[in-house]
Amino acid sequence: MSTLTPAAPRRTTTRPAAFIAGPRRRGKSRMDPTRNNTAAGIGAWLLALLFAAPVMWMILTSFHSENDAATNPPSIAANLTLDAYREFFGETSGVSPWPSLINSATASILSTILVLVLAIPAAYALSIRPVKKWTDVMFFFLSTKMMPVVAAILPLYLFARTVGALDNIWFLILIYTSMNLPIAVWMMRSFLAEVPVEMLEAAQIDGAGLLLTLRKVVAPVAMPGIAATALICFIFSWNELLLARVLTGVVAGTAPVFLTGFVSGQGLFLAKVCAAAVVISLPVLFAGFAAQDKLVQGLSLGAVK
Amino acid sequence: MRPKTRAAILSAGALCIALSASACAGAGGGNSAGNPNSINVLMVNNPQMEDLQRLTADNFTRETGIRVNYTILPENDVRAKISQEFSSQAGQYDVASLSNYEIPFYSANGWLAPLDNVARDPQFNQADILPAYTASLTGKDGKLYGEPFYGESSFLMYRKDILEAKGLTMPEKPTWDEVADIAAQVDGAAPGMKGICLRGQPGWGQVFAPLTTVVNTFGGTWFDKDWNAQVDSPEFTAAVEFYTKLVREHGEAGAAQAGFTECLNNMTQGKTAMWYDATSAAGALEADSSPVKGKIGYAQAPVKDTRSSGWLWTWSWAAQAASKKQDAAGKFIAWASSSDYEELVASKLGWAKVPSGKRISTYENAEFQKAAPFFEAERFAIENADPKNPGAQERPAVGIQFVGIPEFAALGTNVSQGVSSAIAGQGSVADALAKGQQAAQKVGNKYK
Repeated sequence: MSTLTPAAPRRTTTRPAAFIAGPRRRGKSRMDPTRNNTAAGIGAWLLALLFAAPVMWMILTSFHSENDAATNPPSIAANLTLDAYREFFGETSGVSPWPSLINSATASILSTILVLVLAIPAAYALSIRPVKKWTDVMFFFLSTKMMPVVAAILPLYLFARTVGALDNIWFLILIYTSMNLPIAVWMMRSFLAEVPVEMLEAAQIDGAGLLLTLRKVVAPVAMPGIAATALICFIFSWNELLLARVLTGVVAGTAPVFLTGFVSGQGLFLAKVCAAAVVISLPVLFAGFAAQDKLVQGLSLGAVK
Repeated sequence: MRPKTRAAILSAGALCIALSASACAGAGGGNSAGNPNSINVLMVNNPQMEDLQRLTADNFTRETGIRVNYTILPENDVRAKISQEFSSQAGQYDVASLSNYEIPFYSANGWLAPLDNVARDPQFNQADILPAYTASLTGKDGKLYGEPFYGESSFLMYRKDILEAKGLTMPEKPTWDEVADIAAQVDGAAPGMKGICLRGQPGWGQVFAPLTTVVNTFGGTWFDKDWNAQVDSPEFTAAVEFYTKLVREHGEAGAAQAGFTECLNNMTQGKTAMWYDATSAAGALEADSSPVKGKIGYAQAPVKDTRSSGWLWTWSWAAQAASKKQDAAGKFIAWASSSDYEELVASKLGWAKVPSGKRISTYENAEFQKAAPFFEAERFAIENADPKNPGAQERPAVGIQFVGIPEFAALGTNVSQGVSSAIAGQGSVADALAKGQQAAQKVGNKYK
């Protein structure tokens, strides 16, 4: 800090002579990192604000009345109101958002649990004790994601209709599980590959069995990875719209489908949609904040060797 | 760490069980397939439908004991969902909101159940429904497949106060040349005010709804009676050139993205002096919350070579053929399209919000006449719309602002993209229509 203080006499007394007598360039380069840091800090804040601006805008609009939300140019200082939230929670329309929120939670949480139950053993067999031709297996998992979802919609719809699984939350859980499984296997494999072989060998030498090794050695190292994978799967299922819209109807509709219901071709709806989007984003945001430490650790785990 | 982990595992397990239980309850409790006293209705998210949703439980369900589960979606989404549901006859939905565009070919495909019971019901009084709708909702087999919920034509809405201040008068039946002239004179009459608002957003139901009525009255058509495409004909081109020029010179800002909603906003916020669009918009302009209430005058759809040019559209109710609850579906349709329901809306929400434009008796109601200064213009427009003969020549299919074939939705949207670009100042009308001609001829060849 003292390099920045303008009091020259003090600097001469506190700083070694070599610093003052040194070439100018050197003095400058000493000061640069701080300046650079400040500039980088301001830049980062500006970028963060830029990225956060649409979300801020959405939150602000959700507290405006429909008429204020629709003005052009936008009226930032308009009166704040909770009308849009009242509308979302069905105070005027009598339509409750809870069934669709519960459907979304059911589909996301159960499919995430199923994915983890299937992906962790699969990843174990692909990294810690690799099966033969494990690279081919990995490629097979990846290849299931190569077909666009929209290409599979019609067969899925017809299949669901034939087996009577339309508008059934369990069918959606099954679809979300298979949708997220390949990603989870890939993610979990890279996390499990981080477990040092020496640790496993050491555990073996100490006489630990498979279950004990998994619990005491693998699990602590892989926990951030599992958290990151679970969160990613949860977010993907929670936000999924295309499949939910086609495969659900009256009973099993999820929150994103419910949200689109506010979009009207012949009326004002911006404030309502913003309020709905805010409420529906909250669970994902909370989950993200709760798992933030684990997540950052987990997401960088696979990258650093 | 360990007790925490255990607690987390326990709570996750408890949550899992609770959710499974709720999912079972949801699947069993709400599914109407096995419940004879509830029906599923799939409908478009327009304000009139939202009002219906609000009023159903306390009225229809209380009277009949039939619960109605609504799914409401935006127009494009609902069309996709309805066509997927009805073409596969999945039977999830008993009733859906369909328009007079879809009902003729949906019924021809055998996807709809006839509504003879509703039509025969003396209480319902089919004779009170405007004949143009009964005709356009009747299938080729002569049976009735839809009952209108609300109907509309198109007309010209203008600010009386602005025209008066400029010393201008709007004729009751203006021509497009007169409208273009007035638009030029009132452009900028108030700060930020444009002359006219016309839809420019791509989509067969967006820009091509008003634009096809202009094409009709300019003497153009999509197809002649032998299914030869006429999209690059001089009349069609002149109409599109006129529309594009008018909206570019005196139309709203950002016209290429403007649809019904944007123009409604512009009109209520005083950003345009005139607006040519659906008659059903007038209810919103005359609502108590509207800042322009009482300031709007209504004139017939502008013409050039034809006597009238307003469109005809209705959102109506149709029952899916695969539904096992035709009786309950019929009861719901008879209630939602009844004059009793109109009176219910009037008493709860006011006459301006009544889903009008379908019953003769509504226009004869003194209270409606008082609340809806546009009633005469709307009735005249609907009664004078002729879907079988809307232009200067014979047509191969029914429809004013559309061609009554399933392929038109894709064709209209395809051509509209070029027109919308021309409105935005990118590309020319001639190029857009030349491409449109090729696309239209491919469609026409299927019917030759």
